[in-house]
Amino acid sequence: MTIPAIQIQNVRKKFGPLNALNGIDLTIEQGEFFALLGPNGAGKSTLINIMAGLLKPSSGHVSIMGHDVIADYQQARMALGVVPQELVFDPFFNVREMLRFQAGYFGRGPENDAWVDEIIESLGLTDKAHTNMRKLSGGMKRRALIAQALAHRPPVIVLDEPTAGVDVELRQMLWSFIKRLNRDGHTIILTTHYLEEAETLCERVAMMKQGQIVALDTTANLLKSHAAKNLRLTLKDAHLPPALLPLLKHGENGIFILGLSEFTQIELVLSELRKANIEIEDMQLLEADLEDVFMSLVGGA
Amino acid sequence: MIDSYIPSHWRGPYTLFKKELLRFWRVAFQTVASPVLTALLYLLIFSHVLADHVQVYKGVPYTAFLVPGLIMMSLLQNSFANSSSSLVQSKVMGNVVFLLLTPLTYLQFFSAFLAASVIRGVFVGASIYCVSIWFVDMPITHPIWIVTFALLGSALLGTFGIIAGIWADKFDQMAAFQNFVIMPLTFLSGVFYSIHSLPPFWQIVSKFNPFFYMIDGFRYGFFGQGDVSPWISLIVVSAFLMALAWLCLKMLKSGYKLRG
Repeated sequence: MTIPAIQIQNVRKKFGPLNALNGIDLTIEQGEFFALLGPNGAGKSTLINIMAGLLKPSSGHVSIMGHDVIADYQQARMALGVVPQELVFDPFFNVREMLRFQAGYFGRGPENDAWVDEIIESLGLTDKAHTNMRKLSGGMKRRALIAQALAHRPPVIVLDEPTAGVDVELRQMLWSFIKRLNRDGHTIILTTHYLEEAETLCERVAMMKQGQIVALDTTANLLKSHAAKNLRLTLKDAHLPPALLPLLKHGENGIFILGLSEFTQIELVLSELRKANIEIEDMQLLEADLEDVFMSLVGGA
Repeated sequence: MIDSYIPSHWRGPYTLFKKELLRFWRVAFQTVASPVLTALLYLLIFSHVLADHVQVYKGVPYTAFLVPGLIMMSLLQNSFANSSSSLVQSKVMGNVVFLLLTPLTYLQFFSAFLAASVIRGVFVGASIYCVSIWFVDMPITHPIWIVTFALLGSALLGTFGIIAGIWADKFDQMAAFQNFVIMPLTFLSGVFYSIHSLPPFWQIVSKFNPFFYMIDGFRYGFFGQGDVSPWISLIVVSAFLMALAWLCLKMLKSGYKLRG
């Protein structure tokens, strides 16, 4: 059995009277592409900060690649690269210097320079390698921030909202880069507000609410179990047979959205419409997305 | 490059030390040239005003008496400034997180910041010395004491700077620390005078000021005479250094204000 990339056991964190984390248990295997979702204040960043050793848990244990983040913090931190949410930077140095320093803190020396140059190139920072961090645009700073987390070649990478405030083009570029890292064997854990990102990228998702994990499953299973398929009907008669009313989610100007729990219900819909002699102008089956799952689990907080 | 010869388990603290050195060296005009100029202005003005009126030690002109005090004052201020400003700035900017994510131990963290502070302090002090000997005849009686107190003084203030940098959350808190603690302690320590010229009450008060011992011991190295024995100064300064280092390491170990 391989060692999990991240193992979180019954972690609690209190800030005064506030319970930021209420007993989190989570295991992330090596090579996973994992998303941590949840509204602001759900405890995602607190959990990440505990993994990174920036916060101490009030109780419980966290280990990275089998190394406890407190008892064996040096090995645990060697294995972890963290991309912070805020655009923080050191104003005294340029991109390449910063990356070399960052690798140096982890004991990496000149033999690591080729890797630093490789990250600079892959992230499209070559033109900016000698530019002072202060003079970079927001997008370039974001890339440099990701590069900094990778400088010491960690096997596990945590990205805290890496695409917040990033334009579409850069977001695409960052995702293809992160996907490549995952293909190369890195374990990726990310938090994001863009649910469609988690849906297309991540194999497994944990949803957090008020310091607890309320759902933890593969993306496919979550979509299957929690979200109904939606059927969008455009009807000539502009009214729905009464038998279909229980399925109605939304109806306006002859366009009706019906929530189906299974595909076979389409049969029922069609037969009811036929019985009532209502003509269908248009019919579309809408794929459920993580947003539906998210809203049904986390919404109404 | 030296970097290739550093063994890998030393490389972390060495990198931090090197970064801290480069940080002040990049802005050497502000961090080295400007304190040297300030010290020279003090020297010029005070020696012009007081040279004919004051003789603190027998056979030592006031201008010469002043030089070690000015060197030590700048050395102390710059050692303090190096660690404190680096820390408070990276806390305010948020980039201190990049250090906190590393496997550096608290002892390595301390040593790297301390070493860079000592180098900046000693470098500024040596620069002032090199410039002032063009204007003033400076005897060197006990070079060992000079070096000892330069190193102890810069280490003490470098440590003090780390403590202040960890404690302060904002630039104005740091400025308050500098203006209400460091400056009065420096000015009231005998940079410009011998405490023997003070009324008895203030002589006693001065003896509670650790800065007095750093300056007096340092000055002893030049002239072979001081207000107290250099051995007493050595004991007092070493004791203060150990106490501050203990406090600083305790703060770093507990993660005070750095890790929640």
